[in-house]
Amino acid sequence: MVNGLNLLFQFLDSFAFIVLAAVGLAIIFGIMGVINLAHGEFIMVGAYATTLVNVRLGLPLPVAMLAGVLAATLFGLVVERVVISGSVPNAIGRRLVGRDVVEPLYDRLADSMVATWGLSLIMVQGVRILLGNSLDQIGTPLGNLAYGGFSYSTYRVLLAGVAVAVLAFAYYLFTRTDYGMRARATIQSEHTARALGVDTERTYMTTFAVGSGLAGLTGALYAPTITMVPTLGGSFLVEAFVAVVVGGSGVVLGTLLAGGLLGSINALFSNLIGTFFGRIALLATAIVMLRFLPDGITGYVEHVRDRRREGT
Amino acid sequence: MTGRSVGRREFLASGAAVAGTALAGCAAGGSSSGSDTIKIGVLEDRSGNFALVGAPKHKATMLAIEEINEAGGIDGKQIETFAPDPQSDNQRYQELTRRAIDQEEVDVLWAGYSSATREAIRPIIDREDQLYFYTTQYEGGVCDKNVFAVGPTARQQLGSVLPYLVEEYGTQIYTIAADYNFGQLSADWVKVLADENGAEVVGEEFIPLSNSQFGSTINRIQEADPDFVMSMLVGANHTSFYEQKASAGLEVPIGTSTAMAQGYEHRRLDPPAMANIYAGVNYMEEIPTESNTKEGGFVDRYYEMYPDAPYLNEEAQTNYFSVYMYKQAVEQAGTTDQAEVRAALESGISLGPEHAPEAPAGGSIELDPATHHVDHHMWVMRADGEHNVEAVADRKIPEKFLTDTVGCDLASEDEETQYTPQDYFPEAG
Repeated sequence: MVNGLNLLFQFLDSFAFIVLAAVGLAIIFGIMGVINLAHGEFIMVGAYATTLVNVRLGLPLPVAMLAGVLAATLFGLVVERVVISGSVPNAIGRRLVGRDVVEPLYDRLADSMVATWGLSLIMVQGVRILLGNSLDQIGTPLGNLAYGGFSYSTYRVLLAGVAVAVLAFAYYLFTRTDYGMRARATIQSEHTARALGVDTERTYMTTFAVGSGLAGLTGALYAPTITMVPTLGGSFLVEAFVAVVVGGSGVVLGTLLAGGLLGSINALFSNLIGTFFGRIALLATAIVMLRFLPDGITGYVEHVRDRRREGT
Repeated sequence: MTGRSVGRREFLASGAAVAGTALAGCAAGGSSSGSDTIKIGVLEDRSGNFALVGAPKHKATMLAIEEINEAGGIDGKQIETFAPDPQSDNQRYQELTRRAIDQEEVDVLWAGYSSATREAIRPIIDREDQLYFYTTQYEGGVCDKNVFAVGPTARQQLGSVLPYLVEEYGTQIYTIAADYNFGQLSADWVKVLADENGAEVVGEEFIPLSNSQFGSTINRIQEADPDFVMSMLVGANHTSFYEQKASAGLEVPIGTSTAMAQGYEHRRLDPPAMANIYAGVNYMEEIPTESNTKEGGFVDRYYEMYPDAPYLNEEAQTNYFSVYMYKQAVEQAGTTDQAEVRAALESGISLGPEHAPEAPAGGSIELDPATHHVDHHMWVMRADGEHNVEAVADRKIPEKFLTDTVGCDLASEDEETQYTPQDYFPEAG
């Protein structure tokens, strides 16, 4: 009984961590075809902004978290304009030499990886130079749930609820809003969408900002539980990439299913055997999935659906 | 926080060092022995993974050198430094070590935070017979004629805090440690010391360095319900454990050889994350010795030179006093010839509180000629609910493993080996 509760809380904890780590990455990858290797550093921007606003300016934690999300969103906008779409360097180029100087990185997987990896190196070192090797950090609020001889942090259990809410928000955004309609049209066929009057460049820009904002939210939410160092984003990367690989291209469903599957595998192994085996199991799952379901869970679901349609 | 100006100054300094090297190459490389300056190589991390703990090591070395230079140098010779930033990168360490020896011809070398770094450069050190000071607290066991491992070993650190906790809280111990060489060997030492003190290790878990989520570890500790935990967690990811165990309401006392004294977690984390944590250390900024805390003492001098420095950590003091050990040896030998300085270091160097702030008034620390390790004055430091740190016990602890168990005697026999506790203690296996 008591061990069952341990397992449940462990699952909620892992589920929240995986979903929140992956969701921003999944949106940017799924819609723009850009693999953002600086994803961890966007999380870091959110966490740092939250911590600075709370500790140095003394504003309450919820306000600080909002500031973290805003900071990551604005930063994402700047990165999109300067690095991903290249429209800022191109505008300068047109003025100086009369032509564009760079191509946008949309749907250029390898190129986007190199560019964003460089960006992540610059961000880590930049933060180290500006703010030093660590920040004073915020304590975790809300106390703990005690049961039998055990206890679990209330805040971390609540994060599972936040993770589900974030997915619900993403679902609403992509299925019920005009922006969502345009974004899905852009994924299906960029040219057709543009011919029908969708400003695809604007859609990409908004998407990148939404993805960055969600990464910032992850950073804001985890800021009170992890160590504030410039490299903190790295501790989210493994989970984020494994979840995107396992989930496939469907942003909301993929992240939800990947979070559920990986969360239960991680909770089971780290609870029964040890933290080390929890991590091994996570990576082993990724390898098995890549071998047998190369398009991830959602890719497989689509495949089955297509086949059924052909059958009838 | 390293301020912006410091960063820029350091950048200029390393730029100047690089330019200096290029010129020295042209000028047919004047050898330093016999010249009127002494050249010291200082390779300590100021960026990358170990910057947090490495930066104070660099700064304290520079403090000792500046003090010595201001007081007239060593035997009238000024010290110059070769001090680029190895960026926590072992490959870079290897390149810079070769450059320090071959091109810069340093008279002595201080280098490296982690054991992995030390083992990466030790073959180069041994091939060139380079006089080398390794100053981090470490797992112990290095018996090498060229290496002076002057930081405290796991046996000294754990040997100070573990017996204290057995006496205070009881005999059931749960060990959590980083899953690599240092953590594994430290966990073995916990078993050996538990055995010696009539205690028992009831559970043990090794955590990968990349792990930052500790929910299941906390549950397992609660399940084992030990009297206290021994923690040898390492690095920024593992620091999250303390915040997470506090928010989960785990209130068991924790003994450690890694937390607080190196990465000053009690300053960075929000109380009460580090409440009831006991660190077994030779030094941290808060130790109450007179030479450390008095006006114009070690702490004052450090912050006068580096007003923006965040903390003065354990290793920084080891770097500081070992520069003075080197000074004493060179003055005794009357030369910077490395073989003769080594012989002088093996003649029984002793430092009083003035240059070894870890020692209380009237005390001293000794460099053991046979093992090249130091008999340290060890402190058990406890953090309370508000993260105030106070000394609860202290005593002098010699390095017994190499002396008594292994029988390492570098003064009479040349060796280049690292011994582990499994080789000698059945309970360590």
